[in-house]
Amino acid sequence: MSTGNMNLTLKIWRQKNGKEAGNLVSYQVKDISPDMSFLEMIDVLNEQLINKGDESIAFDHDCREGICGMCSMFINGRAHGPKEGITTCQLHMRSFKDGDTIVVEPWRAASFPVIKDLTVDRSAFDRIIAKGGYISVNTGNAQDANNIPIPKTEADAAFNAAACIGCGACVATCKNSSAMLFVAAKISQFALLPQGQVERETRALNMVNQMDEEGFGNCTNTGACEVECPKGISLENIARMNREFYLANIK
Amino acid sequence: MANFLQSSIGKKVLMSITGLFLISFLVVHCFLNSFIFFNDGGVMFNEGAEFMAHNPIIRTMEIVLFIGIILHIVQALILTLQNQKARPIKYAVQNGAANSKWYSRSMGLLGTLILMFLIIHLKHFWYVSRLTDEITSGEETLFGEMIEVFENPMIVLLYVLAMFSLGYHLLHGFQSAFQSLGLNHKKYSPLIAAIGFWFSIIVPFIFAMMPISIYFGLIK
Repeated sequence: MSTGNMNLTLKIWRQKNGKEAGNLVSYQVKDISPDMSFLEMIDVLNEQLINKGDESIAFDHDCREGICGMCSMFINGRAHGPKEGITTCQLHMRSFKDGDTIVVEPWRAASFPVIKDLTVDRSAFDRIIAKGGYISVNTGNAQDANNIPIPKTEADAAFNAAACIGCGACVATCKNSSAMLFVAAKISQFALLPQGQVERETRALNMVNQMDEEGFGNCTNTGACEVECPKGISLENIARMNREFYLANIK
Repeated sequence: MANFLQSSIGKKVLMSITGLFLISFLVVHCFLNSFIFFNDGGVMFNEGAEFMAHNPIIRTMEIVLFIGIILHIVQALILTLQNQKARPIKYAVQNGAANSKWYSRSMGLLGTLILMFLIIHLKHFWYVSRLTDEITSGEETLFGEMIEVFENPMIVLLYVLAMFSLGYHLLHGFQSAFQSLGLNHKKYSPLIAAIGFWFSIIVPFIFAMMPISIYFGLIK
């Protein structure tokens, strides 16, 4: 055992499927390196479980480098754990101390039903995107870029909004399970650019309507989503979405 | 329009417009009540109250004000019920303090406290001045009524605590209203936040000083 390795108690949400009720189950892990990522620590636990003949813990993960947005885990009361601006795969065990108890829960929202253990169904986001999170693509040659000058500030704001990876931490964190930061980012990235103007109004109307239909809660401007967003999406986007939506309603 | 008001953003917009309207009422109410600080035995204050009681515009605004309060409360109830439905299974551990202010998460609780105070407050003054003939008959003045009500230390304490609820409710509500209306700007938002901060301290403070100074006999 190298120095600095730690023993931890984990309390992890286990749930067979969407129909059966789940509960928190305690597990012990030993000799965890501080250099492991949180997901690697769960991998170690899963190997223990498999070797014992128990069922492993289901959790979402894909790229393990902070860009796919799959690793949804609510760790010790915060989306993606105690650090800001990162996903769970970017969280390292050095953020914890030897002897700590760590509670891991899935995203909690009626619109994100649990599939199994820590995995949730985020297809509500896909259905919102399908309602307008795209632009009309013209065929033929691209015109000269100098014909459509875009101010740097607008381009930057659009790019920052486009950094959203759809992980759902905003919904998971929000006390109202509101998806407004996600939808606002997806509306903003197009509303700010010339390419997004064709469907500008219908996009705002249809995406917000779909968001409401999916049963997400209402924004009360606590600002928690902005703090927990791994990509630093700003509340400015929600204000922009509100403007886009009511202006689209007036027209 | 009906579709707009049923949408999540439409409800937020209605919440902020009614909220800002109630804030504008606070300004008028606070300004007129501050006439007691002239400490002239309530002469100025009673004149102001008399004007408010007979001005047709003010009388109409009183009805609009009640509608505003009811809309604000009904919307809050609808929004809160929807928000609770959006998360049927709660977290075992949720560290809200890590990412938001307690008062921004407690607007419903603070609002309920303010409503309870409002009912008591209306009973003390609005009921007496509008629904009984105590004041119109000249038997009592509104200022005299104030002096009488604030003789009771428990009522003074209740009023002061209610002003804390109001202060925290405004501290989040003031700037939140502008965000809901889509006003979030690098230049102007810090200004709105600063105005909101000082408004949330100064207005409840002036209100709280009224029962306190009457109780301690500073205003007679």
